[in-house]
Amino acid sequence: MKTPVRVAYVVLVSLVAALAAVGIGAIVLTILGADVFQTYKVILTEPLKDLFGITEVLVRAVPLILVALGIAISFRAGILNIGAEGQIQMGVISATAVALVWPDLPKGILVPLVLLGGAAGGALWASIAGYLRAKLGVNEILSTVMLNYIAAQLYGFLLRGPMIDPAELQTGSGTPQSVRLPKSAWIDRIIPGTRLHWGIVLAVVLAILVYILMWHTTWGFKMRAAGASPKATRYGGINVESCLFSAMVLAGAFAGLAGAVEVTAVHRRAIEGISSGYGFSGIVVALFGGLHPGGIIPAALFFGVLLVGTDMTQRIMSIPANMVSVLQGAVILSIISAKMVINDPYAREKFARRFLHSKDKERGPGGEGIPEEHGAQNEETVNIEAKQ
Amino acid sequence: MTILNIVLNILSIGIPFSVSLLLASLGEMFNQRAGIFNLGCEGIMSMGAFLGFMSAYYLQNTAMVPYANLIGIAAAGIAGALLGLLFALVTVTFHAPQGIAGIGLQMLGTGTAGTLFRHFVGGVAGVPGLSNRPIPLLSEIPFIGPVFFNMNILAYAAFLFVPVSHYILFKTPWGLKVRAVGTSPRSADTMAINVNRTRYQALAAGGLLAGIAGAYLSLGQAKMFADDIVAGRGFIAVALVYFGRWDPYWILGGSLLFSIAQSLQLSIQVLGIKFPYEFAVMFPYVLVIVVLAFTRNSAIKGPSELGVPYDREKRI
Repeated sequence: MKTPVRVAYVVLVSLVAALAAVGIGAIVLTILGADVFQTYKVILTEPLKDLFGITEVLVRAVPLILVALGIAISFRAGILNIGAEGQIQMGVISATAVALVWPDLPKGILVPLVLLGGAAGGALWASIAGYLRAKLGVNEILSTVMLNYIAAQLYGFLLRGPMIDPAELQTGSGTPQSVRLPKSAWIDRIIPGTRLHWGIVLAVVLAILVYILMWHTTWGFKMRAAGASPKATRYGGINVESCLFSAMVLAGAFAGLAGAVEVTAVHRRAIEGISSGYGFSGIVVALFGGLHPGGIIPAALFFGVLLVGTDMTQRIMSIPANMVSVLQGAVILSIISAKMVINDPYAREKFARRFLHSKDKERGPGGEGIPEEHGAQNEETVNIEAKQ
Repeated sequence: MTILNIVLNILSIGIPFSVSLLLASLGEMFNQRAGIFNLGCEGIMSMGAFLGFMSAYYLQNTAMVPYANLIGIAAAGIAGALLGLLFALVTVTFHAPQGIAGIGLQMLGTGTAGTLFRHFVGGVAGVPGLSNRPIPLLSEIPFIGPVFFNMNILAYAAFLFVPVSHYILFKTPWGLKVRAVGTSPRSADTMAINVNRTRYQALAAGGLLAGIAGAYLSLGQAKMFADDIVAGRGFIAVALVYFGRWDPYWILGGSLLFSIAQSLQLSIQVLGIKFPYEFAVMFPYVLVIVVLAFTRNSAIKGPSELGVPYDREKRI
């Protein structure tokens, strides 16, 4: 197919997909009796109006980037990690434990140790699902979802029991939260008076490292191969199961790290609801970013705006913040549909023949071959963003 | 005697618990038999629970009261079927990967239910819900009577639906079509069975059942609505289909096992046995993982094209 026709096709499909996602949100907003345009305007512009809003967007983007990087690795390797929510909580727990066990270590040692502890906690939790999938063929989506519920209970148990702040017991208020972390374990804020912290730099550096890992090392190639075609990969002498397992463990490590960063940089103690849905939002960010670090960073910023924006609509327009989940669900459904339609050579040929009277009919769909993987996808992302 | 009482108590709580799992799993069974892996079940159940609750909540002080539950169940079923069709559009027509699409539908369903609930109701509110209808004579049998014959109408209907769904799946032309498109869609297509249409129908039927399963949660079981009312039952229902080897009777067994495990967990809490309740709550979820780990060989009994989108144009 000729390039302009192809571009037109991609643009058209992306526009329809974006409209569908926005439309589903609009239906729900209409049921609520809200002004649809006003609501979207508030969600998308209000967070960017002042320093507070912008820094909050960046604060939200940090865990989103970290979680999405891990999810991108696992999705690329063909193992769908839905368990980031639980892995974040395990990361929070282990990071907090490390910080509280060695409070006297100097900051330069303790902070990396705490972050590594968080990553290890998440990785360990994810390894259960990775092992079950690699060795026993257990569907990883179901096992990770179940592990989310189990992790939530375990987290609640630890915060209400062994890890509760003794002061909470003394005063009798009994809020389920841990002791405040020692200052030597804190990640510092960049701008005083806001919550923006150095974790954002860490997230960007890790995004670059993930890019190098996945596209410039043998290990990354193996994992991507395992995801793209497990049979061919196995035939090529690569151990697919070990690729699945390592991808899952890496994904868990990133989610655990996100938890560790949240606790050391934002809340400074383990509290209830600390993961606040980042595990699921991370999936949307990863898909929206085309499962590529270069796409994940802008996608995380966009969804950071969405998260802060829906918080603001709750306060300003009393539209429940659950609205963000509606939009995320709609975005997932429309992105994956659009991606399939864009990459479907037959649909593309049909489009070309019917609407643009392209002359290359005689080539037929068979000659089209499999379209390249990322080009179309990244264009789509950009278009959806531009539209919104 | 006391042990007998405890056992009867566990059963009389556990058996009604199984209804929502049973309905959702049977729906998911139709989906999977047709080759579609619908993880959005959780979201559909959430919408069903919400709509069932809302109908009963708004109609409780009007002349429509006698029909409030019926309207709620119907609304939940219709919404479930529509969400099933949305899922069909995404996975059957557009060939999108089903696992991720399921997560999307789950977020959409639970998000919509939660948003609408907070806006229209907000706090904790109860509804009269479905009342128990003891079956005359049978419910007076000692021991068994109160356990098996004192449930609400939807529960009886659900248990009756087990043989019915077995009949539909194995003895009717439509059931044969469903199994054909899930096992060998290309052969089915060759035999002039419309693969996509059959998959759409199966997804609508599955969504309908999942919606009703949700309504059972809010109307028959909790008699209220909360954001997390479904609490993973949609995912457990999917796991039960594996455990139940895509067969209605096995699925009935699986859902009874799970719900009895859950009521056991509750009675441990009630009896005041020193045990952190969080671990008791975890139990059913751990059980799912264990069950999945030990039923992997059942996949050979399942539909071979499960999760594979069918593309008529594709050259093999």
